[in-house]
Formats: sequence, structure tokens, C-alpha cells
Amino acid sequence: MQTSFINIENIRNDFPILKRKVHKVKPLVYLDNAATTQKPIQVIEAISNYYLNYNSNIHRAVHELAEEATLAYEMTRDKIAKFINVKKREEIVFVRGTTEAINLVAYAWGRQNIQKDDIIVTTEYEHHSNIVPWQLLAKEKGAKLEYIGVDDNGELILDHLDTYLKTGKVKIVTFSQMSNVLGTITDSEEIIKRSKAHGARVLVDGAQSVPHLKVDLEKLGCDFFAFSAHKMLGPTGVGVLWAKKELLQEMVPFNGGGDMIREVHKYETTWNDLPYKFEAGTPNIADVIGFGAALDYLDKIGMDKVREHEMELTKYALDKLEQMKGIVLYGPKDVTKRGGVISFNLGDIHPHDLATIIDEDGIAIRSGHHCAQVLMERLDVSATSRASFYIYNTKEEVDVFIKSLNRAKELFKL
Amino acid sequence: MSSADIYREIILDYYRNPRNYGKIQNPDIAQRDSNPLCGDELEMHLNIKDDKVADVKFTGKGCAISQASASMLTELILGKDFDYVKKLNKEDILDNLGLHDLGPARIKCALLSLKVLKSGLYSYLVDKLHDTASADKIKEESSGLY
Repeated sequence: MQTSFINIENIRNDFPILKRKVHKVKPLVYLDNAATTQKPIQVIEAISNYYLNYNSNIHRAVHELAEEATLAYEMTRDKIAKFINVKKREEIVFVRGTTEAINLVAYAWGRQNIQKDDIIVTTEYEHHSNIVPWQLLAKEKGAKLEYIGVDDNGELILDHLDTYLKTGKVKIVTFSQMSNVLGTITDSEEIIKRSKAHGARVLVDGAQSVPHLKVDLEKLGCDFFAFSAHKMLGPTGVGVLWAKKELLQEMVPFNGGGDMIREVHKYETTWNDLPYKFEAGTPNIADVIGFGAALDYLDKIGMDKVREHEMELTKYALDKLEQMKGIVLYGPKDVTKRGGVISFNLGDIHPHDLATIIDEDGIAIRSGHHCAQVLMERLDVSATSRASFYIYNTKEEVDVFIKSLNRAKELFKL
Repeated sequence: MSSADIYREIILDYYRNPRNYGKIQNPDIAQRDSNPLCGDELEMHLNIKDDKVADVKFTGKGCAISQASASMLTELILGKDFDYVKKLNKEDILDNLGLHDLGPARIKCALLSLKVLKSGLYSYLVDKLHDTASADKIKEESSGLY
């Protein structure tokens, strides 16, 4: 029972981990993809091939290994540029992940551009990584942090943005393109349009969107964009900050060290060209190369197909969940407005108890606050359970999940 | 251990009908803690009189294990000698709950209440009884809880 969009059997064969059993005999049903995705053999082999055959530091050595490694590392940058539709490869900076990318902007751009009484706007459905760096900056500078609220349908209340923008003090608006809890797809173009009209910069957190939707940065028109490799079949420890060239040029370096310099003298240093000005030290070469293989893999399937597959799965799951007595579902009902992330609560079963119970049936879901405590407060819950899909999930797995939820209900006598 | 063993009638009963739930006005001991991994919250209030636990209450939000554990702990210590409470350990709590083979992720839920209790005792011993020797001992014992 595959969806009509992609050949799931072939895809699943590429993921060795999906063949393993958990709790000795249960086939793994991995529904924690919003936290991190599994890796296809192509990615694992790209990484081991680097270590087996051309492990070397990059950029400066002149030997053959270094040339091969540099080429492979830099090729990933070109693949990313193509993947998110960016013309200038030097605008793509490798970082450890989305969290580091946002911190880089808050530090290197924020400290130069945010002053006392300025306003930083974020949203109530942000991950902690898009709240805490701005809190730190606001405290340091005496600036204000304001939130765009979330309505009962799980969508942002854009009137709030207008209220803040009218003050003329908003310097940056920063938001997630897709909520990691509600799955809501943000009306990014509208927020960017309104923010730009008032001269504010815009950062978009693409950690949840780039793995699941076709993202076109040229069309989007933001100033900063951040995402992580490990949520899109790639390895952990690699992420991307994209920023407009003129902004990267004005910004001070985030880390000082090797590779980010042009000339170092005793008391003065000049910076290397972009993007290397922001890539101090030996980077995560192996994993950047692995990320390249992940991008190839997604490219081959096609992001439109990925999206269609996930919409079909999400609709299938939501239709079944909605019929379950005692369930509370969070986020938009319309699958065209959301990604394949489903947060819910079932009766008075605490999400941790629920996750423990269904783990016994081999099902991996997330439970807790999902690093979004501001949103938990807004929803007036201490935690939710969250199932999230990716290209290798099937309708049969959704059925196993539903069956297991019913077993949890029985255990809790609901 | 299996879910059927964990979520027994008694655990669910304490989760849904927690005994000694609430707050004490001006308690001798008031201690709050949370588990940063899952956001479980717990606050315990105690009154100590004539070297005994004269009253104890708790409030909190969290999973069945953490909340049942807290409630059962309050019942365990109410009316007991202060010395007995000082000596309570991890095994006592797990015995009391009947949960012995919890995995590493869930054992923290079961022990959150003991951690809160021990932290409260520590502050009480230091601030009110000025008994730093006993306090240090408690601190040392409870450092292994998480």
C-alpha cells in the first residue's frame, strides 16, 4: 500500500536501519523525522568513502588527496545553491546546524545592528533555537523581543506583526517556515513582504521546511536562511546559513581562526573572501560530503514528489486520528497548509507514558515540549506527542501506529 | 519492564487521584524542581514538628510515573521520623512504586520526587537547623539520583 507518488519499496531498501528490529522482534516504525531523519546507504557510503580513500584537510594543501577532498566539499556548496535556488555560491556558509546559523546571525549581524529600544520580532511557534539567541541579544542591547501570536487553528496572527512594524522600530523579523510542533506552513512570502515594506531584515528558519518542501530563496526574498542536513537524510553536525552577500560582507566574523583570514599580523588581520570568512577552523569535511549525497538523493526523487507523498500520508493519518475518541489534534486540519508533523494528546495519557507504551510496538515518536515551551504555554499543555513522516514511511506504518494508540488507550482504561 | 507492568491499576489510580495534592501555607520546607528533558514539574511542601513529618503536600505536572511516585512518596513519609526521611533512598522509592526495571529514560520520572524531597531537606538542614554535616551527607547521597 504505497502512496501513488514514489516507489517506497525501492526507497526503503536504501535505508539499512529500517530493516532492524526493536525490542527484539518488532519492526522499526520510525516516526520521529522532525527530530532527525534516517540516512540512506548512499550518504553512509559517501562519508566512509572519504575516510577510506581521500581523507585530507581542505583548501590549502596541494597534494592530490587534498584536491579531491576540497573538490568534494565545495561540490556540496554548489548542490545546495541549486537545491534552494541561490545564484551566488559564496553566500552559502557551512555551520554545525540551524542553531549555530541563527546564533551566528544574532551575534555577527545582531550586535552591529540592534540598538537599545529596537524591536526583534519572532513567533510563538518557534523552536528554542530561534528564541534564546534573540533573548540574549535583546538583553545585551536593551532591545525588545516581541511575538507574533498563534491562532486556534495553529496559524500565525499577522495583525500582530503589523502592530510591531508600525512602531518603526523593528530591525529583524525571524520565523520558522514550518512549525516543528504544529506542522503549520508559515505564509513566509506575506511576512517578508510586510517586513520589507518597513525596512526590517528577515531571517527564515528552514530546518523543518527544506527537507519537505520545495524552497526557492530567489523567490522568497528573505535576508537570512538557516537549515540542517540531518533533518534531510544527511549527517548530524552540518548546517547551512545563507545570507545576502552584502550582509555577509558587512558582518564581523563569528569565529576567528584558520581559513577565515587573508593576512594575519601581530595586531591586525584581514578577512578571507566569502564564505570562508565565516568558516574558521577545519570544517566538518566528511559530513559536508555526506550531505552532498543526501541532496543528490532528494533531487533524484524530486521535492514535489516528497511533498505529495507526505501530504497523502498526513491526510491518511489525520483521517484515522480524528475518529479516535479522546484525541486532541494540534495544527491546521488542511493538509495543504501543513507538513507531515502531527502533534496530539490522547485522553489524560501523558505523552511520555504514551511514547513508552507505543515504543514497545516498535514505534518511535517524540513526546515532550519539542523545544517549543513558548508554544506549549500558548496551547496550555505541558507536552504533546508528535509523529512525523518522511519519504520512507508507509500507510501500513500509520496503521501500526493507530493500532498501538488503541492499545495505549486500553492500558489506561480510556 | 513492559507497559502492562508499569501502568498497573495502582499507578493509574495515584496518577488520576493523587493523594496529598496541594500546597501548605507557610511550610517549613518548600522545594520545586523540573526535569529539563521532558518538562515535568514538581513542588513539595513539608511541615516538620517534633522531629516528625507533620504534613506534606505536592503539586506538579507530568507523566503517570512522576506524579504517582510523588503522591506515594508523600504517603510514605507522612507522620514518619525526620531521620527516616533523611535516609530514604532510590531503592525505597522504586520498592514503594513496585517499579524496578525502568529504563534510563523513565527512571528519572520515578525519582524526581525523591530529588525534590532531598533538595528541600538540604535547604532545611542548612538554613534552619544549621546542620551542614547532615546536609552535605544528603547532598552526596542524592547526587547519584540523576
